[in-house]
Amino acid sequence: MRQPRTSEIAGLRSEDNGLPPYLYPDYVATRLRAPKKPLIILPKTLSDITAPTFGRELVGELDSDLTRQHEDEPLGERIIVYGRVLDGDGRPVRDSLVEIWQANAAGRYTHHLDRHPAPLDPNFSGAGRCLTDRDGRYRFVTIKPGAYPWKNHHNAWRPAHIHFSLFGEAFRSRLITQMYFPGDPLFGQDPIFQSVGDPKARELMISTFDLETTIPEWALAYRFDIVLEGRHATPMENH
Amino acid sequence: MTRNLSVELTPSQTIGPFFHDALIDEDRSELVAPDHPSVIRIEGTVYDGAGDVVPDAMVEIWQANPAGRYNDPKDDREDLPLGPETFSGFGRSATVDGGKFYFVTLKPGALPDPRGQAQAPHIWVSVFARGLLKRAVTRLYFPEEEEANQSDPVLSSIEDPELRRTLIVVDEGGFLRFDIRLQGDNQTLFFGFPDE
Repeated sequence: MRQPRTSEIAGLRSEDNGLPPYLYPDYVATRLRAPKKPLIILPKTLSDITAPTFGRELVGELDSDLTRQHEDEPLGERIIVYGRVLDGDGRPVRDSLVEIWQANAAGRYTHHLDRHPAPLDPNFSGAGRCLTDRDGRYRFVTIKPGAYPWKNHHNAWRPAHIHFSLFGEAFRSRLITQMYFPGDPLFGQDPIFQSVGDPKARELMISTFDLETTIPEWALAYRFDIVLEGRHATPMENH
Repeated sequence: MTRNLSVELTPSQTIGPFFHDALIDEDRSELVAPDHPSVIRIEGTVYDGAGDVVPDAMVEIWQANPAGRYNDPKDDREDLPLGPETFSGFGRSATVDGGKFYFVTLKPGALPDPRGQAQAPHIWVSVFARGLLKRAVTRLYFPEEEEANQSDPVLSSIEDPELRRTLIVVDEGGFLRFDIRLQGDNQTLFFGFPDE
């Protein structure tokens, strides 16, 4: 049964840019953690053009293949997750760190605080990273994560998802988000997914099944393009 | 150009509670060796709106080096030195039991904003946590920089002195304390970015 949405009653609106609001009462943890004082909008000229950069030496060969980080292969449906990271002008974000983490096929994280009584997989850690290439492309091989229960409300389940962390080219571009899978029946009852008010913006978090990139008799493929803020910033003084 | 970019930006989602293996697998809370002669140590606690500590947050910093230059090729002010050699300017620290995080770093230099107006030495701070659907962004300033702080374009734009004070570290002798209060009467001031 669908949970009543206090946010629908309270008239809270999703904030600009399709971002979720800080306070989304259906997601109970936001109630005491959401900042409530108005944000101070930074002066426009201060849009910072810099961001942390990471060298190729940070990324090992197996970091982007989560199915080869242990002696044997993990259980689950092997998938390729790939896409492009773009800035707000549609330009590729190059040489930029992409970090991911996810539950195993049974819906369990290796994390010591995950108490979901589903099996751990000794061949799956669920953490990966890579740098985008010259065209902003990234690619991971992993297994499809399982859905899992959490205690937000009665019978609450998270839709299957992969966490993504991105830096982009400016400080303001920094983004942590979650990639979902198409057609997940759990979207309607998930307040984290629903916290993004605009249905079109929600779709931007859902990967696309891509038959063409699927490798026959080996792995299905999902495409997930990510668009970050940034790139209209004023150059620094002596440019 | 009337294209509405807002619909196309990928929305933010919470970091959740299970990020440690992926994001904190190597220590990024020490940007320099603790025995560096000019080292500063920043410590803080993250609190929620009930005053309870937040033991599962991730705090990141981004700062210029002591010369006021960022370790990013886009900061090409070549008259200013880079370094020290391994100084990335980026730090990441997970809060643990007690809600505490810490950084060992160097004090950043002053730097001009794009119009050439001086900015006081400052460090960008991002907070991520379960229950935060998007990061909270703030800036950390230094109490001994009274004059520079007075004319800093960001600090001086904040009218409420109580709010302004939430951005200035407290010198505890031995370390600088920067507590972050996500919610409540004494909430830390957080920033938003202007529309592009």
